[in-house]
Amino acid sequence: MEYLVRFAQVHTGFHAAELESLASLNGIELEILKYSANSPFCIVWLASEESARRLISRSILASGIYEVWGSGNDYATLHEDVLSRTSQIRPKYRKSSFRFTVDGYQGKRSQASQRALIESFSYLGFDGPIRMHNVELNICLFEEYQAHAPEPERVFLGRWLAESSRAAVTKYDLKKRHYISTTSMDAEVALVTANMVQAQPGKLVYDPFVGTGSLLIACAHFGAVTIGSDIDGRCIRGKAERHIVSNYQQYQLLHRYLDGFISDLTHCPLRQTRLLDGIVCDPPYGVREGLKVLGTKDGSGKEEVIIDGVPAHLRPNFIPPKKPYSFEAMLDDVLEFAASSLVESGRLCMWMPSANEDEVELEIPTHPALEIVAVCVQPFNKWSRRLLTYRRLPDADIRDETPRAKKEQAVGAHADELNRFRKKYFEGFKTTSKDI
Amino acid sequence: MKLLTLNFVTCARKSCKTLPAAFPLHPRDAELEIVEMELNPKFLVNILPRVEWQALRTVCQELGLPTLPDIMPVQQDLLQPPSLPGRESESQEGEAEGEGGSEEEDALQKPSQTAQDLHRVLLETTIANGKLVCGACGHEYAVKEGIANFLLPSHMV
Ligand SMILES: [Zn+2]
Repeated sequence: MEYLVRFAQVHTGFHAAELESLASLNGIELEILKYSANSPFCIVWLASEESARRLISRSILASGIYEVWGSGNDYATLHEDVLSRTSQIRPKYRKSSFRFTVDGYQGKRSQASQRALIESFSYLGFDGPIRMHNVELNICLFEEYQAHAPEPERVFLGRWLAESSRAAVTKYDLKKRHYISTTSMDAEVALVTANMVQAQPGKLVYDPFVGTGSLLIACAHFGAVTIGSDIDGRCIRGKAERHIVSNYQQYQLLHRYLDGFISDLTHCPLRQTRLLDGIVCDPPYGVREGLKVLGTKDGSGKEEVIIDGVPAHLRPNFIPPKKPYSFEAMLDDVLEFAASSLVESGRLCMWMPSANEDEVELEIPTHPALEIVAVCVQPFNKWSRRLLTYRRLPDADIRDETPRAKKEQAVGAHADELNRFRKKYFEGFKTTSKDI
Repeated sequence: MKLLTLNFVTCARKSCKTLPAAFPLHPRDAELEIVEMELNPKFLVNILPRVEWQALRTVCQELGLPTLPDIMPVQQDLLQPPSLPGRESESQEGEAEGEGGSEEEDALQKPSQTAQDLHRVLLETTIANGKLVCGACGHEYAVKEGIANFLLPSHMV
């Protein structure tokens, strides 16, 4: 059967990937028949109405799903299609309460014009009462216009089946969250990330750069148990009554918070075995702060420091020295960690920047044990970032056994020399600079 | 830090990670706290095969908690009373890949006593304050207000 997915016309680079991830999560066979990033109306094939409802129930980017009753490039072809497609269906709804609405994309009609359009479908023969709420039959007419065009270029008629989880975007709005920082990820993309990593009840999801917990909160919303760490203890502890735990409390999700601990990805204490069902992360790429890992810039500090007879690192308030670290080396470390700690078919969802200009485009990191499932781009004004989704392959399917060349570890350098992106960012993306 | 998390971590030093003595970390001067939490049977079933049982037994003993059985329970023990015979041999079927059927869901509605006990130990027993000591290098990681700090001083990196 054909169904129409009504997307919100935002984050178009994620539409298809989210649907496919949800289909795989639910074991649903999905075929995307017609989709364009320029349209919020997507036509898919699904085996049943039940599959359609399940597919859309967790979607963040779709608002709902409809059974297709007809489509066309103008009203003449639409009516013809509706007549032939609904000959068996129509009689079922003769006495049903119903509602008929018009949903236009890039075009609006007056009330009178809408009414006239709805009247033109009177041959459907519905005699039931018209209501606004709790109706048995909810019909929607979709119109798609080119900008400023007088007539739509595509029209669809559909029967509403189910709504999505889009309401969660408002529920988790950062504006209403207790504890956030400048790097907190907005609720909508965090929830989409949780769909891409296939967070679900019973599963364990880890964020090694947890920050204020935005990605994990989204995963917990979908039922996963979550665990996070950060090199910056202030994130985990927070201050006063504002910390990660208070965010979980705010949404009554505390029962899905396993723990938070302070650690550096390159010295992560998690046992090196297949412990995790999913990993989500938005690694710091040094726009606001240079990247750091434990260690000193010049390799010094190999001697233990003693203050007042007590080793410095055992004194209260000891702050370990941190050394700069290249972003690409860090991404490789994330992949290596994911390959060794994800269960079979477990997913890694990692955000990374990709400046729009070729010369600063970062390579998409790869690992023989990780299959790339999706690369989704979120464009901004002067730059863009990508959400990379990987799946841990079964050991038997890993073909390339050659170890990846270890990206050279930075020694004695400044963070901004190491991060072309960061440098570019502060230079304001001048097109002239060639010395990057 | 919950005992499940403690069961998932080892010494953070690269030179220790592969040493058997670096796991489990040994609690010292630990102040325990029971933090009640809703039982999540589906999570317990999923996570149980990833628990290192002997390490958990060791830690419980060191913390003066009741002794755990020698043999790790199996997933089936969590779903129904473990008195039913003939369960153990067939229970290690691969983990369900997401789609829990409705029958399984029903079984998960009634967690067994074993599930409740494990939940108490793994998810409600928390180290509020204290130290975690590596058995290989002797390094102590501090736990403050439930949060363990695994950052290393530079001479250990
Ligand atoms: Zn050690």
